Amino acid sequence: MSNSKESSSSTSRLDWLKSLWNAVSVPTVAVLLALLIGAIILRISGASPIKAYLSLYQGSFGSMKAFARTLEKATPLVFSGLAVAFAFKAGLFNIGAQGQLLLGALVSATIGFSVHGLPPVAHATLALAGGALAGALYGAIPGALKAYTGAHEVITTIMLNYVAINLTDYLADGPLKDTSPGNIVARTPKILDSAKIPSVGGIPMGFVIAVIFAIVIWWVLWKTTLGFEIRTVGLNPHAARYAGMKVAYTVILTMLLSGLLAGVGGAVETQGVVGRYQPGFNVGLGFDGITIALLGKTHPLGVIPAALLVGAMKAGASQMQFNAHVAKEITDVIQALMLFFVAADMIVRWLIRARAETVEEKVKLSGWGQQ
Amino acid sequence: MQQNNSSLPVSPVKRFLSRWGVTTVVVLLVVGIIGWQYAKNAHITEAVLSSTLRQSIPLVLGALCGLLGERAAVINIGIEGQMLMAAFIGFLVNVWTGNLFLAVMAGILTGAFLGFLLAFMSVSLKMDQIIGGTVINILALGLTGYFYQVGLTTQGKLQPIPLGPLTKIPLIGPVLFDNPPITYAALVLVILTHYVLFYTKWGLRTRAVGEHPRAADTLGINVYMVRYVNVIVGGAIAGLAGAFLSLEAVGSFERAMTNGRGFVALAVMIFGKWTPLGSLGAALLFGLATAIQTQLQFGGINIPHQFIGMLPYLLTIIVLAGFVGRSRPPAADGIPYEKE
Repeated sequence: MSNSKESSSSTSRLDWLKSLWNAVSVPTVAVLLALLIGAIILRISGASPIKAYLSLYQGSFGSMKAFARTLEKATPLVFSGLAVAFAFKAGLFNIGAQGQLLLGALVSATIGFSVHGLPPVAHATLALAGGALAGALYGAIPGALKAYTGAHEVITTIMLNYVAINLTDYLADGPLKDTSPGNIVARTPKILDSAKIPSVGGIPMGFVIAVIFAIVIWWVLWKTTLGFEIRTVGLNPHAARYAGMKVAYTVILTMLLSGLLAGVGGAVETQGVVGRYQPGFNVGLGFDGITIALLGKTHPLGVIPAALLVGAMKAGASQMQFNAHVAKEITDVIQALMLFFVAADMIVRWLIRARAETVEEKVKLSGWGQQ
Repeated sequence: MQQNNSSLPVSPVKRFLSRWGVTTVVVLLVVGIIGWQYAKNAHITEAVLSSTLRQSIPLVLGALCGLLGERAAVINIGIEGQMLMAAFIGFLVNVWTGNLFLAVMAGILTGAFLGFLLAFMSVSLKMDQIIGGTVINILALGLTGYFYQVGLTTQGKLQPIPLGPLTKIPLIGPVLFDNPPITYAALVLVILTHYVLFYTKWGLRTRAVGEHPRAADTLGINVYMVRYVNVIVGGAIAGLAGAFLSLEAVGSFERAMTNGRGFVALAVMIFGKWTPLGSLGAALLFGLATAIQTQLQFGGINIPHQFIGMLPYLLTIIVLAGFVGRSRPPAADGIPYEKE
């Protein structure tokens, strides 16, 4: 684009820009196509697409307050996107971010309201660690099932989502229920102030934590031996085994870390936004994670802008519903369309005449019974 | 045994036992338990068995959809979405026209269309099949959520059609021969799919495409066409399952009403070793788990309902963990085919 100057001075920068353009072009066009088809659906259902999109924009980026809300909504999405993207690097498809996130949220809330007398930062960190551990253990289950029995993680993680929903429902309505007078709904007591993750200068600290995690995951994947093994298992498990890597161990560890990311997401959401655990919060975050991971090209740093985009749609949805009388679910439709166009990149590449991806980036997900 | 097999002719009894022994024992056990329960309390046994059949219908239809695709090497993770979308469109057509036949047809067509979409993504675009199915699931969840308006009322649901004197048979009559049409259709489809898959030219071609597409291609079989047709027909069957949910079982539509049945159906398919009859057996087992769950809830047994609610999902995980390694998927399952 505006790189005519650089092209003469340094070819390496040009290469870098080229690869950036290669990485960004398909998701960008996919988003535009999804918005276009979304507009057509809005038109068909009798609403004004321009008005809807304008109020969506105002509700997400229109003011400092709206922007803070976008960051807030984007925070758990960064985590669930990271969880999916990280597992994807090992050829695993973690659809269970939802369940891992719920358990992380519940454990962090429990530590948040039941542990007294800790200084603020220590208490918040402890609750966060508890959420991380819960998510990690819950994520390791499908990993172990995959590694030892070959049960496909797509189905086991979805089944474990339903189990997690039932389990957290039971706990929030039973042993951990808020017993304060006047409460009849299933929810835990409020967490103490010392466990809360605050906003500093209008910016929710949860989002900062999310960005730090994204950078750490990037570092793990590309600068450590573990990351190399994970990526090798994803690209070719047979070659990985032949090279002496313990594939089963890598699969379990990958799912454990993926679950950890989702668990931290649930904890951050609890400590930064909701302030307690209540069932039914953030339904669908696990599926959002898939869209975000693929939109971000399953790159840990690509997940951040993707989460901001989807977070903005969530933040602006109420404003859109209020101003343009459009049901919130249209954002789900647009998300699904984004996912379609990113995944069906052949269509998009044909539209913008872009070259095919290099082999390095193509990870195949496994079929039944393969390990 | 190993020594005898090669030299001496095995007696028919032995051969029967080695092939059908386990099945026979299980069937006898089930029949025995049912008979014992029936003698104890006829009414409840009848209710549990009817409920078992009702619960297993969407699962067996979903499993048929899954296995038709996978026998031709296309993994269909999108059954859930196909069911949900079909349930919704069927419901809408029923609201608009009041014609249940048209509504069911609309559901089937919706499923077939989504089957076409999946085939397009996985066969023509060679997209990752797991992602393709997930696209369908998310799309269905979003579209049905967006277009669903609370307060739409249906114009009735499909009613049981008693099959004359057959309903007079004790136990079997009321359970098997006094059902609404989609239940009958599902049972017929199981037999039909079994016949088509194992006794017709089309079935042979399908299985060839699923096991060794290159060889099938060499013999002049159109691999892409076989995959398209199977996935579309499978989609239509998943659509029928959706119609069952909104037009026969519930008579109304709720958000995300499929509740994971599309995924449970995949476990049913694996448990049934990618065969229609095996899937029916597996589906009945899952149906029984759900039926007992309802019975326990009404029976006043003091277990929190959330734990009973986990049963079918835990059962799915156990089945997958225990059987997926032992039952073998079609060899080319999940691999896009590139013509040379």
